[in-house]
Amino acid sequence: MSDSYINKPNRPLQLYAIIFLIFLYVPVLFLPLFSFNDSIYVRFPMEGLTLQWYRELMGREAVWAALMNSFKVGITASIVATALGIFGAKAITRYRFHGKAPIVTFIMLPLVVPLIIFGVALLVLMTSIGIPLSLYTVTIGHLIICIPFAIAVLLPRFEGFDASIEEASADLGENAWWTFWRVTLPMIFPGVVASLLLCFTVSFDEFILAFFLNGTEATLPMYIWGQLRFPQEFPSVLALSSMIIAASFIIVFFGQWINRDASISSIEGGK
Amino acid sequence: MRVGWFQRQLHKSEAFRGYTLLSPALIFLAAAILIPFAILVVMSFWTTAGFDFNREFTPHNYQQIMERPIYGALLWRSLWISTIATVFTVVLCYPMAYYVAFHVHRNKMMWIVLMTLPFWTSYLLRVFAWKVVLGYEGVINSGLMWAGWIEAPLEFLLYSPTAVIITLAHAWAAFAILPLYVSLEKIDKSLLEAATDLGDGPVRRFFRITFPLSMPGVISASILIFIPTTGDYITPALLGGPDGMMIGNLIQAQFGAVNNWPMGAALSIVLMLTIAAISVAFILVTFFVRKRIT
Amino acid sequence: MSHDDFISIRDVQKYFGSFQAIENITMDIGHGEFFSLLGASGCGKTTLLRMLAGFESPTSGEIFIDGQPMSEVPPHMRPVNMVFQSYAIFPHLNVRDNIAYGLRKRKLPKPEVNRMVDEMLELISLPDYGDRKATQLSGGQRQRIALARALILKPKVLLLDEPLGALDKQLREQMQLELRALQRAVGITFVFVTHDQEEAMTLSDRIAVMANGRVMQLDSPGGLYESPNSRDVASFIGTMNFFDGVVKEHQGANLTIDAQGIGTVAANTRNGPFQAGDKVQVAIRPEKLKLTTERPEGATYSAQGKVENMAYLGERSHFQVGMDGVDGHIAVSSQNDRPGAQPFAMDTPVWLQWENDALVVLGR
Repeated sequence: MSDSYINKPNRPLQLYAIIFLIFLYVPVLFLPLFSFNDSIYVRFPMEGLTLQWYRELMGREAVWAALMNSFKVGITASIVATALGIFGAKAITRYRFHGKAPIVTFIMLPLVVPLIIFGVALLVLMTSIGIPLSLYTVTIGHLIICIPFAIAVLLPRFEGFDASIEEASADLGENAWWTFWRVTLPMIFPGVVASLLLCFTVSFDEFILAFFLNGTEATLPMYIWGQLRFPQEFPSVLALSSMIIAASFIIVFFGQWINRDASISSIEGGK
Repeated sequence: MRVGWFQRQLHKSEAFRGYTLLSPALIFLAAAILIPFAILVVMSFWTTAGFDFNREFTPHNYQQIMERPIYGALLWRSLWISTIATVFTVVLCYPMAYYVAFHVHRNKMMWIVLMTLPFWTSYLLRVFAWKVVLGYEGVINSGLMWAGWIEAPLEFLLYSPTAVIITLAHAWAAFAILPLYVSLEKIDKSLLEAATDLGDGPVRRFFRITFPLSMPGVISASILIFIPTTGDYITPALLGGPDGMMIGNLIQAQFGAVNNWPMGAALSIVLMLTIAAISVAFILVTFFVRKRIT
Repeated sequence: MSHDDFISIRDVQKYFGSFQAIENITMDIGHGEFFSLLGASGCGKTTLLRMLAGFESPTSGEIFIDGQPMSEVPPHMRPVNMVFQSYAIFPHLNVRDNIAYGLRKRKLPKPEVNRMVDEMLELISLPDYGDRKATQLSGGQRQRIALARALILKPKVLLLDEPLGALDKQLREQMQLELRALQRAVGITFVFVTHDQEEAMTLSDRIAVMANGRVMQLDSPGGLYESPNSRDVASFIGTMNFFDGVVKEHQGANLTIDAQGIGTVAANTRNGPFQAGDKVQVAIRPEKLKLTTERPEGATYSAQGKVENMAYLGERSHFQVGMDGVDGHIAVSSQNDRPGAQPFAMDTPVWLQWENDALVVLGR
């Protein structure tokens, strides 16, 4: 196949692909690069390498607090979203019922509509009902974008395994609950892990909804936003950002790798 | 074997089972999406009065939006920036998607993960990274000056619509690559071989077969980038400067410093309707164009 | 319902949206029977099977198993087990755990479970396969494990959804014999779905021939072959010759018919009732026609034709005979009694001979 005419290697295209990837990664890689710079200015030439910004970060109370908050929100949102996503993905792939296509489009809406609109709408809702803004409201906001992600990740898993396996389990005497534990869950397990990891990352990195729905306790992105006002804080922001980026990369890579044999064509349903 | 009412309904109807499973997610999303929007619509017809709202129903905000030119101008500029960013992104990502679909034979999954990995980091951080790169004393300028290629820093890089466009393109590239890749991958290779057999060279083959067949992907990608970027406010806030300000900033200000929530609500509604109208128009136009081609 | 009827299906209908999959079916299946549902794709046989298993519910009508109505009973509480078309072996469990899957509910002690599994493995002739992973098995092996998994629970009824479809011809024939022997040994009622009429004829005590959601005829294999009740059933099972005709006179079940090509014939029939002037089709199986070169003497009925095509198959020869007044060919199949002799050459004029009780009369 690789030698067939259609797939002849195309040098300019290969070059383009490499340059493309470089441009994709390099801007982000500048952050870690300059986080080791011994200067509060982010520019060439660099003035020597140092770990001082990292060390200084470790000592800050506010950073640890924000990290904890992000963890709380992220873990809650990923568990709830994955649970709801399992049921939702199963319903979508296994059952026939009316209105499926519009419902699925509706569920995927939060992934496409500008988040500022959701942020604004939810803010208005919370204040009208009188719910105080806090980490709980942020979690609710994050659920709105995590649930579609969870469903999108789990959908290929459900589509990929033969429905008659669950029927066989029922036929052999297991009710819905037992069938889920003995058959369904083991079969979708990589998808569940991927969903948990990806939803956590989405929530951990999310800024816009957190900005609108936050009370007094900041999540990590919110903390960074606050620090951006002070130029002398730039290097510590760089250090923090670098650590977040590294962590996100590792978590997401791991999640994708675990889920690697699910088909990709179902992930991007588009409009 | 006594079986309760709920279990009987579950057993009798497949549709009932489907809805039941879907309901937690659906109810939550419905409540979290529809109710706030309803409230938003209602609020857009109120006006601000000190620290509270004047709940008298009035189209005052919408009138303001129609009459005062700043709103229209800002909306127009947002759409313009979004459109350029969309075109820019789709055009740049298309060859990449093409490469992975047609010229990568092993580890396709790895390439896909590689291309989309940056997308999983914080949006805020990626915008911040560009601020660092494009700044007055930023990476590009200081690097070029250090290498002696320019004398004074390039002004246009930061705090301009250009900066916004470049950053948006970079940030949303993954949303373009995936749909483009999926639709290119689906093209039956034997169609291309048939075209070659019938006399088409590579360029003609691309324009007559590959590109038209990848149109669904192009459309998906365009919509997936256009819609979110119109309402973006982080990018313009950090790097737009006064010339690069977008409607998202204005909306956010209404809920912040300006403290005119009803106006913010009205602007949000207008933004949503505009996006919806343009998307629908876009889909219809491409639909008719495709009908004429095929 | 007689006391011997184990499964009773009463006025069952099934709609999927506005599509009617099962029109109206009433039938009984006896205890210990090997019962087949036979028909082409889309005739509703699998839908009916799934309703017995509980995966679909009838839109109206009722299904009784061992006297109990099943409409409120979900699949996991029914005394039936199913062998799925795709076998549905659990890929994440090994063979032993697959077979023992349904025993969890009974909370039996481990040694007991192991003993039962070993017995099953013996029964399906895979004694050392217990620790193999499910994904390492061939199609035939998976099919047997699916069987064992179901049989270990000693269900009252075993449902089989085209279980041999994925196997190659030789394996399929071997499995057919094994299945039949197994059913006799275990004594359970088998309900078997297939589109292969040879398979159904080989295995079954009775067959329900289905088309378009209805049962066309329910009978033993012999009954279906010798006395089909319609052209569809007649041509679905084996090959059949048809002659258009009109009823001249009738006396109860004895009819005199004017038929194309073969002339006036007398026949009696289970089908009907027919009146004089009714349009009918007279049908006869290829092996019931005898060919001779000379006009047969004293034979009950005969007619004349010409050999237009032939195929030599070793133990039999198949002929296609053309006849005046009849469209198409008449198929004749005769045994080659005399070794080596070429029975009839092409274009030979021949006489067809038959017994009248070999004729079947069908409505038109």
